[in-house]
Amino acid sequence: MVELSDVTKYYGPKRALGPVSFEIEKGDAVGILGLNGVGKTTLLRILACGLRPSSGSVSIDGHDVLDNPHEVRKRVGYLPEVPPVYGDMTVRDYLAFVGRLKGMTAGAVAERMPVVEECTRIAEVRDMPARHLSQGYRQRVGVAQAIIHEPDLLIMDEPTHDLDPVQIVEMRAMIRALKDSHTILISSHILPEISQTCDRLLILDDGRIVASGSETELEARLFVSRRIRVTVRPGEKGVAAAHARIAGTSGVKKVEKIGADDGIAEEPGSATFRVEGESDVRAEVCRALVEGGHDVITLTRAERQLERVFVGLVAGGSN
Amino acid sequence: MGATGIIFRREFNAYVRAPIGYIVGAVVLFLDGLLFFGYILGADAQMLSGYVLSEFFYFASGMTTIAAVVLSLRLIAEERQTGTQLLLDTSPVRDREIVLGKFLAALAFLSALNAATIYMPLLIMVNGKITIGQIVAGYVGLTLIGGAVLAIGIFGSALSRSQLVAAVVTSVITSMFYLFWQISEAVEYPLSSFFSALAIHQRHFPGFQQGIYHLRDIVYYLSLTWFFLYLATRTMEAKRWE
Repeated sequence: MVELSDVTKYYGPKRALGPVSFEIEKGDAVGILGLNGVGKTTLLRILACGLRPSSGSVSIDGHDVLDNPHEVRKRVGYLPEVPPVYGDMTVRDYLAFVGRLKGMTAGAVAERMPVVEECTRIAEVRDMPARHLSQGYRQRVGVAQAIIHEPDLLIMDEPTHDLDPVQIVEMRAMIRALKDSHTILISSHILPEISQTCDRLLILDDGRIVASGSETELEARLFVSRRIRVTVRPGEKGVAAAHARIAGTSGVKKVEKIGADDGIAEEPGSATFRVEGESDVRAEVCRALVEGGHDVITLTRAERQLERVFVGLVAGGSN
Repeated sequence: MGATGIIFRREFNAYVRAPIGYIVGAVVLFLDGLLFFGYILGADAQMLSGYVLSEFFYFASGMTTIAAVVLSLRLIAEERQTGTQLLLDTSPVRDREIVLGKFLAALAFLSALNAATIYMPLLIMVNGKITIGQIVAGYVGLTLIGGAVLAIGIFGSALSRSQLVAAVVTSVITSMFYLFWQISEAVEYPLSSFFSALAIHQRHFPGFQQGIYHLRDIVYYLSLTWFFLYLATRTMEAKRWE
């Protein structure tokens, strides 16, 4: 569906993107994750035919963006970070205008309109001038204009930008619903936005893709599950014995007891340890503690793992 | 309806919905009316009606020029300012269709404003000896000079996202075309012929004022319009992928 090969973008001598190569299959939902200014918007605008790459090739559904831009534009729906809404038009007139602009007939627009209004839940503001819309509705109208012509590829740049928590949840639900009918590409610097809506992630740093794969694949590849947190009831053998038991487990590199200072609400008679292993040592630690006569209350990975992948990668390391 | 028609409809409605259309309309009609009643009706009653009509179209052309400059400023610069240009850039629409749709919408609105002044020449006709043909020629001239200035304005608007910059560029270019006449009087032949041929008003508009069509005047205005619409299109093409 989408193929990029060695794509770069320079603004004067400054490299903003690339070289970047990847493919997206039809029906995939792919998230581009990266800090602000790493080239996410540049990449999306190249795919939406709004920016010319300095080198490399980009094709969407077999059409090259430079050789056949109009064919690409017909197949792509694009929601920029700031929805391109005309304040003087009512929502309905605006969507009809966009539909016609994208090559739809008046009849096709009229037929499609109720579906789009239902999908994006904008029916109640359809006759309102866009300048009077709240930020949440503006964003929904932005999504509506991107899908009015039933594009194969839907590109959204920071779709939850400037939304409140309730609107963010609604937007994520809307994106998940759109996954059934579109190939989706979303960019964000907020990890949950990507991990909760996409099947595959591309992590972008300094204009380059530094990692790609599903959340699980990335975690496995980067050994991020090696940090765990275990809470035990040491019993009469005491906390020191539990500590020693964990430290003596094969593969464990470091053990430290954590408590209220680390934001842990301990039950009376229990102790919590942060454990770092050479690999995923959850099973070994659990077995060692039980064999040592300690009750294991909880055993979890120490931190939200994908967060660590992201931070580790963009900080120049891999955890 | 092609992309030009779709854009024409949106832009024309934008003039009707936004205050700018009403403000420009009110100011132009007020000043046209003021000049007509103050200068023409209040003047020497012995003036020939043909001369009175010519004077009316003389100051109406000035008002049309100013209105064309103001109406054109927002056409592209505002799209860039508000981010809606991105919608046009990522739609399967050619730049020439965008430019032409916007130009025709502005020209239609400007023509509607000019049409609202029709009662003034009709008053002259009722009280004098002028023909419908003379009036039509005057309005054709207003449309042509208005179209040329709108084309300059669209080019100015395409250059920058700032309407202020667009205003400066458009005003400078338009003033230059007005001043070519004064320059032609200050230099020797053949430069004088060159500059006078380019003068947007004094050389090419008086014929329309008097109800006379000169092919050279029509060709001049259409060429000027085409040239600046072409420049605007090329500017849009260059900026579309930036």
